[in-house]
Amino acid sequence: MIKAILIFNNHGKPRLSKFYEHYTEDTEQQIIRETFHLVSKRDENVCNFLEGGMLIGGSDYKLIYRHYATLYFVFCVDSSESELGILDLIQVFVETLDKCFENVCELDLIFHVDKVHNILAEMVMGGMVLETNMNEIITQVDAQNKMEKSEAGIAGAPARACISCKEHEPPGNAQKHQHW
Amino acid sequence: MALKIVKGSIDRMFDKNLQDLVRGIRNHKEDEAKYISTCIDEIKQELKQDNIAVKANAVCKLTYLQMLGYDVSWAAFNIVEVMSSSKFTYKRIGYLAASQCFHESTDVIMLTTNQIRKDLSSPNQYDTGVALTGLSCFVTPDLARDLANDIMTLMSHTKPYIRKKAVLIMYKVFLKYPESLRPAFPRLKEKLEDPDPGVQSAAVNVICELARRNPKNYLSLAPLFFKLMTSSTNNWVLIKIIKLFGALTPLEPRLGKKLIEPLTNLIHSTSAMSLLYECVNTVIAVLISLSSGMPNHSASIQLCVQKLRILIEDSDQNLKYLGLLAMSKILKTHPKSVQSHKDLILQCLDDKDESIRLRALDLLYGMVSKKNLMEIVKKLMLHVDKAEGTTYRDELLTKIIDICSQSNYQYITNFEWYISILVELTRLEGTRHGHLIASQMLDVAIRVKAIRVFAVAQMATLLDNAHLLTGSMQRNGICEVLYAAAWICGEFSEHLENPLQTLEAMLRPKVATLPGHIQAVYVQNAAKLFATVLKSQEGNTDSTTAQETSQLMIDRLPLFVQSANLEVQERASCILQLVKYIQKLQQKDVEVAEEVIALFAGELNPVAPKAQKKVPVPEGLDLDAWINEPPSESESEDEQPKAIFAKEEPKHSRPRHTEVDEKELARRREARKQEQANNPFYIKASPSSQKVYQDAPGVEHIPVVQIDLSVPLKVPGLPMSDQYVKLEEERRQKERAEKKKKEKKKRKEKRSGRGKKHDSGPESEEDITPAHMVDIVTEEMPENALPSDDDDKDPNDPHKALDIDLDKPLADSEKLPVRSHRAAEAPKSPAEDGDAESAATQEPKKKSGKEKREKKKDKDRDRKKSKEEKKKKKHKHEEKEEDLLGGQVEEPVVQSEETSEVAAPPTSTTAEVSDLDFWLSNAPVPSNTQEAATVAAAEAAPVPEAALGAAPDSEPDEPKDTEMEETKSSKHKKKKQKKEKEEKEKKKKKKKHHHHHHHSDGGGEESVQNGTVEEEEPLPPMSNYCLLAENSYIKMVYDIQGNLQDGSQVVVSVIFENKCDSFLKSMEFNVLDSLNSKLQRPEGSGPHDGLTVPFQLPPGVSNEARFVFTVQSIVMPQKLKGTLTFIVKNEDSSTHEKLDFKLHFTCTSYLITTPCYSDAFAKLLESGDLKGSSVRLEGVNMPFHHLLARICFHHHFSVVERIDSCASMYSRSIQGHHVCLLVKTSGQTVSIDAKCDEPTLLGNVLDEIKQTFSQC
Repeated sequence: MIKAILIFNNHGKPRLSKFYEHYTEDTEQQIIRETFHLVSKRDENVCNFLEGGMLIGGSDYKLIYRHYATLYFVFCVDSSESELGILDLIQVFVETLDKCFENVCELDLIFHVDKVHNILAEMVMGGMVLETNMNEIITQVDAQNKMEKSEAGIAGAPARACISCKEHEPPGNAQKHQHW
Repeated sequence: MALKIVKGSIDRMFDKNLQDLVRGIRNHKEDEAKYISTCIDEIKQELKQDNIAVKANAVCKLTYLQMLGYDVSWAAFNIVEVMSSSKFTYKRIGYLAASQCFHESTDVIMLTTNQIRKDLSSPNQYDTGVALTGLSCFVTPDLARDLANDIMTLMSHTKPYIRKKAVLIMYKVFLKYPESLRPAFPRLKEKLEDPDPGVQSAAVNVICELARRNPKNYLSLAPLFFKLMTSSTNNWVLIKIIKLFGALTPLEPRLGKKLIEPLTNLIHSTSAMSLLYECVNTVIAVLISLSSGMPNHSASIQLCVQKLRILIEDSDQNLKYLGLLAMSKILKTHPKSVQSHKDLILQCLDDKDESIRLRALDLLYGMVSKKNLMEIVKKLMLHVDKAEGTTYRDELLTKIIDICSQSNYQYITNFEWYISILVELTRLEGTRHGHLIASQMLDVAIRVKAIRVFAVAQMATLLDNAHLLTGSMQRNGICEVLYAAAWICGEFSEHLENPLQTLEAMLRPKVATLPGHIQAVYVQNAAKLFATVLKSQEGNTDSTTAQETSQLMIDRLPLFVQSANLEVQERASCILQLVKYIQKLQQKDVEVAEEVIALFAGELNPVAPKAQKKVPVPEGLDLDAWINEPPSESESEDEQPKAIFAKEEPKHSRPRHTEVDEKELARRREARKQEQANNPFYIKASPSSQKVYQDAPGVEHIPVVQIDLSVPLKVPGLPMSDQYVKLEEERRQKERAEKKKKEKKKRKEKRSGRGKKHDSGPESEEDITPAHMVDIVTEEMPENALPSDDDDKDPNDPHKALDIDLDKPLADSEKLPVRSHRAAEAPKSPAEDGDAESAATQEPKKKSGKEKREKKKDKDRDRKKSKEEKKKKKHKHEEKEEDLLGGQVEEPVVQSEETSEVAAPPTSTTAEVSDLDFWLSNAPVPSNTQEAATVAAAEAAPVPEAALGAAPDSEPDEPKDTEMEETKSSKHKKKKQKKEKEEKEKKKKKKKHHHHHHHSDGGGEESVQNGTVEEEEPLPPMSNYCLLAENSYIKMVYDIQGNLQDGSQVVVSVIFENKCDSFLKSMEFNVLDSLNSKLQRPEGSGPHDGLTVPFQLPPGVSNEARFVFTVQSIVMPQKLKGTLTFIVKNEDSSTHEKLDFKLHFTCTSYLITTPCYSDAFAKLLESGDLKGSSVRLEGVNMPFHHLLARICFHHHFSVVERIDSCASMYSRSIQGHHVCLLVKTSGQTVSIDAKCDEPTLLGNVLDEIKQTFSQC
């Protein structure tokens, strides 16, 4: 079982948090902070497994993480998951994001956290791995996005126009350059 | 209307969307909190609007804020609103928000049930998908109960996308609503062989997750998984299955034997490291489960160790880590193979990666021997000095202690050395493990008597230098060791060289800065020391020392009397008064030492931590029984027959659960707990004493004068542990030399037969004798303590509830609640809704039943095992003969045997499964045959494997000679197993006595010739569901079940199957009541109103609804006319349709399968109350066991006893009529003699039986 999936950047700012067990908002933040603290102090060339998160899980649980450019992807899993398998899964996740966002970077995750959630939902459901095949995941995500577009229809047109014109303006102080 | 939409859209232009919100937050870095609070106000405004788009946008933003740590539960209702939008876009937003912030105590969740049900049955697969995904995150017990049936229907959805999600979510449903596991399990099992790999993977995932927690219930699936393992190419699936096997093998070593070869092949062939690693892991598990002495497995161990070494040496830190992890598993059973890689592991201790160092430390734990303990610990001590981070250093410290103290200090030869190590560890700055060291000191000093002198001396020094330990390290808990030191010095003060000096050290004013609980120990032990001093001065003519000591006490104790700590204060003032009194006596020259020492006389023995729990409940004491009769209210209880209590085995340690008044008991227990909680005099369960003192508050609150010591601490006079290493080496050398001499002598005498226990290296463990004879006092246990293994189980583990026997046939009451009853029926019908409602209260009852069942199962299994072992021996001779006789027919037999071997007693069988499947199924006929096929396939699957691949480990393979007699007898055994199987097929409630088998054995002999071939045939799939009505739109099949709890009710289960391409909705089921039988309608509706079927049917989907009927007389069959009306809706039109049907209530449907023991059966027949009748069936062309199975299945009988071609059967009607059959067969004629207390009923039942057989 996967207990939580966290994405945060090099400064510990959460970019996505998905807990498959209930915690209060405060505990969630604490877990994110603690996880960041544990993960961020590790060198680049050490192993990607980490035991001993106090807040989440217990002795049966492990943190399995990968670090890409500015982001940490952390999965908190129990012993029923294969460690190397989860590492692969993180890779699949990131590659899927890369395909869906076309050269994903941190900004995509910042502004479209809902989409990231939707992609993740096609991969992991309720803490269990649902699909590992990237093409299948992308097919399903695309199909749903298509539906969303068709639903927008006439009624949504002005709103969409509005959204699209908003997106054309340069996004604030953000730069979209950190590709991975 | 149009204007409104446009207006809404324009409004939206001014609302922030998620991107704006994020951008805004990023632009307000300084006053983020303030900005967000204004945003939340805006969101609140937006949520008040009617426009769902605006609401959805607001909810979307809330989801983001939730991630940032803002509580958004106040918007829960709005989230539900958005969830129920008809547009997918908004629905998805709603469900996402719900999945992020809903949880069990979110009260609006109960409003969502219907919405979710609607979404689940939506024609749009993505609506369903989104609902499933959301539900997986916030499913509650209520939702699980209400939706279990709907989700189960989805498991057979036409779209694999839905199927896989439905399968996966079932795990969550099981967790929240354990009662659903058994009804849903057959279908889940079926999904293991789904054509879609994704669905298959999901099913594997769920079953693995279930089996991991309660492996024994899933052993019977081993053959199926074995087949998957050898056929699947999906690494994810393989990894899961292999992990599952890792959990199963400990329960069934024979499974392990079978696994080794395919796993070894995978290890050699796979290129995926993840798969390789899991294979190695499972092979290790297998090897652990097999007895370690097997020579042919050493190759496998070598292979594993060798592969792991490659992993550890790899430059990839991940592989290195995993290699070490797996290595530690091998270590437990095959330490020798790991010990040869000590170099590698010690090398890993120096790795820069902390995770790897920790793993290496774990390994060291198992690698120590008497010989190398000192060396390894020395190396670790070096690491302790070097380690910079406190966490790692603390880890080292605990590991050192673990390593040394493991298995009752097995590897310690020199306790002086160990004490020195402990003392050295006290010099660690900033460790939080002071209490650990302290408890070790105490433990060693108490249990190793020989070391007390040394320990006391060391502790005295420690106390003398206490100032070095306290000071700046106060907060870090190292001062806990002073607790131990003070206690040891006090308790064993007779060994002290200079008690007076120690006493003085313990009464220094600085002590008052220590934490309260330590001061208390100081004070108490000062008194002990005082007693010792007095004792030593006794007889001494010069009494000045004694008097000075008293004076010292009187001078110093007032400091403690003023302590803020209650404990310290109390003890101090008590002792102070005592000393003052003693002083008075001293001045009168009275000898008091004897009396004072008597205060502290007596040996303290260590008590095992679990001792209290293990005290057995004395025979005859029922902790739950009333001492006095309870007040009047529980009359029902008095009626309970005493037999229930008498039957209980007297060994139960736990409070016994009586079957009947469980509910009542639970209530009483609750009340008692309540009372105890409010009763200040009741001793509540408290943590262990050790915990008490470490948790004691106050460490932080004591004002501390800090002394900063930057100079490294070297306590003068403390021994360095290193010198012991040298000494020990010398000593051993000496010993060895002596031994050689002795051995020379010995050789001349006789060889002594001392077996070796553990040996390592050239010098065997046993050769190393401890430095001084050490008597390790074992911990005390109460007399006749109960050995129990379940000490460590967490009672709160949600998986405990899922420890459910899945092979047992489903009982009638075990059905997933279908919504229909809730609406349709009066509250008193227990087979249906009542069940769900009382589920909570019934649960404990079920559990206790289960426990018993399991015990029984274990026994059965043991018996079976021993039988099988016998059989194996005979097996050798039989194989050839069988081949001649049976040819290929024989193969399934071997197989079925294997399955039943692997699967503990109750093997699920074709008929049984198909039966379960039937009432669950939505598409009865095809799924039934499919199920039968899959089961058959599953059973047949491993055959080629056994024949081809697993030559060395499959048992019956050796060449044999043929011996007539043995063949025969072995054949019986086979037959016997078959019969056991058969009987289960007949849905018999498997309370069969063993001698029955023997009976049938003896008789089975003659029928061997024609019997064998016959009995090989598997039973054809059977179903009780028969067609109700059918047209081009819909098909209805139904089954009628009696309700044991209520003699006037039957439940009609109808499966509706949509056969067309349109959507079927608004189905209404109506029946024309007769005088005798009436459809139960909800209160308030008229006698001719129809009942709404609580679901809609998308194309190709089927679902089941149940209807309750009340009947008055059950002796006659009858038919009721009825109509189903429904709306067929396709894209452009919708039409009303109707379908007439006739419900046939047979007398059989009033019978309920009830097991009956042969003795009870005999008594019943003897009683003479029953009237007889008989019937003769001609031309029945089927094996006898098929015949019996049919009667059992279609007519709800159970076999009481079967001898040869004659069987007695029993059933009971819902109104309590007994029906007994004696079935005899000869050739194609079957005669049935029957007895029943109601002749009309009997006549009709016999007619129906006749009918059944005339049809086939």
